[in-house]
Amino acid sequence: MLQVRNLQVHFPIKKGLVFDRTVGAVRAVDGVDLTIPRSTTLGLVGESGCGKSTVGKAILRLVPLTAGTVTFDNLELSALQNEELRKARRHVQMIFQDPYASLNPRQNVESIITEPIRTHQLRTGAAVHQRVNELLDSVGLPRGAASRYPHEFSGGQRQRIGIARALAAEPDLIIADEPVSALDVSIQAQVINLLADLQEQLGLTYLLISHDLAVVRHISDTVAVMYLGAIVETAPAETLYTNPQHPYTLALLSAVPVPDPVVEDSRHRMVLQGDLPSPANPPSGCRFHTRCAYAQRRCEQERPVLRDLEPGHQVACHFAEEIAVSISATRGGDVVL
Amino acid sequence: MSVLTRRQRADQLDDPDVANSLTREAWRRIRQNPLAIVGGTIIVFFVLIAVFAPMLAPFNPRSNAWFDQIRPTSIPGPSRDHWFGLDEGGRDELSRLIFGARASLMIGVLSLGIGAVAGAFFGLVAGAFGGWVDSLIMRLTDILLAVPSLLLALSVAAVIGQSQTAIVVAVAVPNIPLFARMLRSSMLGERQKDYVTSATSVGVRRRSLVMRHVVPNSLAPMLVQASLALSTAIIDAAALSFLGLGSADPGVPEWGRMLANTTRLLNVAPHLAIFPGVAILITALGFNLFGEAVREALDPKLRR
Amino acid sequence: MSEPLLVVDDLHVTFKIHGGRAVRAVDGVSFAVRAGETVGIVGESGSGKSVTALAILGLLPSRGVTTSGSILLNGQQLLGASEHDMQDVRGRRAAMVFQDPMTSLNPVLTIGRQLTETITRHLGVKRDAARDRAAELLDRVGIPEPRQRLKNYPHQLSGGMRQRVMIAIALASDPALIIADEPTTALDVTIQAQVLELLREVVRESNTALVMITHDLGVIAGICESVNVMYSGRIVESNERHHLFASPRHHYTRGLLASVPRLDGAQGRLVPIPGSPSDVIAWSEGCAFAPRCPAVSDACRGQAPELVSSPEGGTLRCVQPAPVGMPVWSGR
Repeated sequence: MLQVRNLQVHFPIKKGLVFDRTVGAVRAVDGVDLTIPRSTTLGLVGESGCGKSTVGKAILRLVPLTAGTVTFDNLELSALQNEELRKARRHVQMIFQDPYASLNPRQNVESIITEPIRTHQLRTGAAVHQRVNELLDSVGLPRGAASRYPHEFSGGQRQRIGIARALAAEPDLIIADEPVSALDVSIQAQVINLLADLQEQLGLTYLLISHDLAVVRHISDTVAVMYLGAIVETAPAETLYTNPQHPYTLALLSAVPVPDPVVEDSRHRMVLQGDLPSPANPPSGCRFHTRCAYAQRRCEQERPVLRDLEPGHQVACHFAEEIAVSISATRGGDVVL
Repeated sequence: MSVLTRRQRADQLDDPDVANSLTREAWRRIRQNPLAIVGGTIIVFFVLIAVFAPMLAPFNPRSNAWFDQIRPTSIPGPSRDHWFGLDEGGRDELSRLIFGARASLMIGVLSLGIGAVAGAFFGLVAGAFGGWVDSLIMRLTDILLAVPSLLLALSVAAVIGQSQTAIVVAVAVPNIPLFARMLRSSMLGERQKDYVTSATSVGVRRRSLVMRHVVPNSLAPMLVQASLALSTAIIDAAALSFLGLGSADPGVPEWGRMLANTTRLLNVAPHLAIFPGVAILITALGFNLFGEAVREALDPKLRR
Repeated sequence: MSEPLLVVDDLHVTFKIHGGRAVRAVDGVSFAVRAGETVGIVGESGSGKSVTALAILGLLPSRGVTTSGSILLNGQQLLGASEHDMQDVRGRRAAMVFQDPMTSLNPVLTIGRQLTETITRHLGVKRDAARDRAAELLDRVGIPEPRQRLKNYPHQLSGGMRQRVMIAIALASDPALIIADEPTTALDVTIQAQVLELLREVVRESNTALVMITHDLGVIAGICESVNVMYSGRIVESNERHHLFASPRHHYTRGLLASVPRLDGAQGRLVPIPGSPSDVIAWSEGCAFAPRCPAVSDACRGQAPELVSSPEGGTLRCVQPAPVGMPVWSGR
């Protein structure tokens, strides 16, 4: 079980001719709590710049943490240093968005897949080769792929190589950062299904980071919505999509096109005004108040905390209940579509 | 669409013979490139001349046995005995050109080699360690870049005396910061890439991260720069020997100095300026064409 | 029904690539667009959808590319027209909006300069008048404080703003036809919704014809009246959007719909299309989709299926299509 508590990642903004002075900070992640029970999937959604990828990297300690703790099972990842950290990273692996940049172009597939095995001495001798074949089988690549180089594969195949490499480390948690968004539409489903199958077979725990709300709904048990470095709403997937409470979640869901003209013609569009504010200079109070149709004076002054609406459903909005009432009054039952 | 030609179909993946590493593909592209063939032929031609100079040269390049034929107003041009004519000291021009290839190629290759290796070392250290080490090395390279190379050459010559070593040092030193910066910046670029993040998250040790992942993928621009800079190095070396920085012994044949000595005789004996000039030009062209082919083979944007 | 504004007929685009091989990027594409109508072209990478767009506006490189067929804009033949004529067409009567607004704007000129330049060039008005018109256009595409924004450089604007500027530049000469090539792919969903709304508005208010090129079936469903599905350089199915989504008949169209997750969760396990878009056979050897098709039979190989009009409306290129009235999803 992964537990993230009050995670903060601030990137300093430096200026200076000879000596760099820190003149400010980009608050990429500003107080995030997450819990992912073993063998389940948490979908972390949000738009670009909301800090969702940084959360993923922070869990693996690929960026320095400003504050907060990350605990996986009984291992406090955020407290480890150097050699301990290097060894512990094996338990958490990453799948990247860009299948072209995430594989070393000068390594052949065998070397790519065996690197984690050799690094952590998970197998020795002939068992290494045996394991490569096993992994290729499980991600649906032919065994002959082992001697080839990444540029000889299509995007979908490369993503499978990346998954095989992650699996080679025998991790418990996989952080998948936009694993399908660089792939052709017809290939995305192959990779989504593969991830689902692997979870079932191996009991993996997933943190799925994505901007694609439809993909997230499809494979997540729980969904957390991020806006400007903080989580604004988290709920079981079904609940979040059928009964969203935060105005940002509402706007986000109503903006996603659905490949069905009947739905598209009849749905309520809630088009958000303006752009994402800069995380270097976030708005006071509720960070969403500059774009929120329901914002009131209190929203500018007081930052709402995540509070329980019902067990498992948390929202960071002062007026969630009132907004829900006013929406269901104007639109009837179906909030999203 | 271009991907179709490269990308292998899933059913072909079982054939291990088709596996292509990037290096092998680059080689294949170089071999198929007409630029590389022309450039390579020129380079091989001059290298062979330099290596087998004693066998190829019809006469001793230092022998001034024909000094009696030299007049202030006329120097014999090409003839049956002396294909390229005689020089102002009564020596055989062809033999001097053939032996001159040794000095010119050696100085060019050596100085560039020293510059590139030293530069790569500093770049590697800066790129691998980052932080204050990086800042320090980069400021040092700034200082080196600020010194005019001619001034540097003259000071080196002043310290160690007029010699070919002075030319080598003078051509090598300005290359150090260029290569250092190039390797460092391409290392920084590679370090941002996902495959390096992937290696970190897999738990790969720092040293192997740098040496196995970052460096091999950062070398391509260095190789390109090195092959293109060779022609410049040869021209620079010739220019410095033209200015009289080469060997103190005037009998040692160097293309640059051969050119320099004959400028005042241009209307008496134009062949003495033309032959070394053309030799420098063709050699530089050969390296340039080959360098261009290397660039085309390694540049991912030009890759089919 | 009015006369179509743009008629593309049997368009072929062939690229000659290094080594003398020829790639048929677009292989006999025909469609028509009327004023005030939005037509979608949907396909994956390599389907030829973007090349079609570039061909219409004469933006393909001249070297190594051969084109044939006919592209009529208001009766004027664009294919083979001189560069001079095409410049006139691109400025006054047709405009293009690209995927990446950062690379299609000049980074060293203010957006005001880029807008007024387009306006003075095509409308022949004075600088001051052009500036007023530029501010008006920015206002129209929903950019707040347009006069101040004119002084900004592209990098000072967000991605969504830049795409609005691109649309403003496209609108500058009041074109009859806009071709949008993946205009929202680089944008976030909430910004995508803004830009799509803007395009709908433009079509509605100016009676513009819009060709929407995208890989996103959701975008198509929301904005296009009719849809052309492209695969490997050819249209495999086209229909009015309600028919197409309710009763897709080509197995590629069906495969696409079955493989994308829906926001409303109206499908169970995804059914992917096997293989990848590069697993094709040449149309001369049969249906290019045959290697990936779940309903493939011997009849699919040997010769390419013709694009035929079906009695139920729409056209279809398949020898054994799915029966009429069989939606991919059973609904929510």
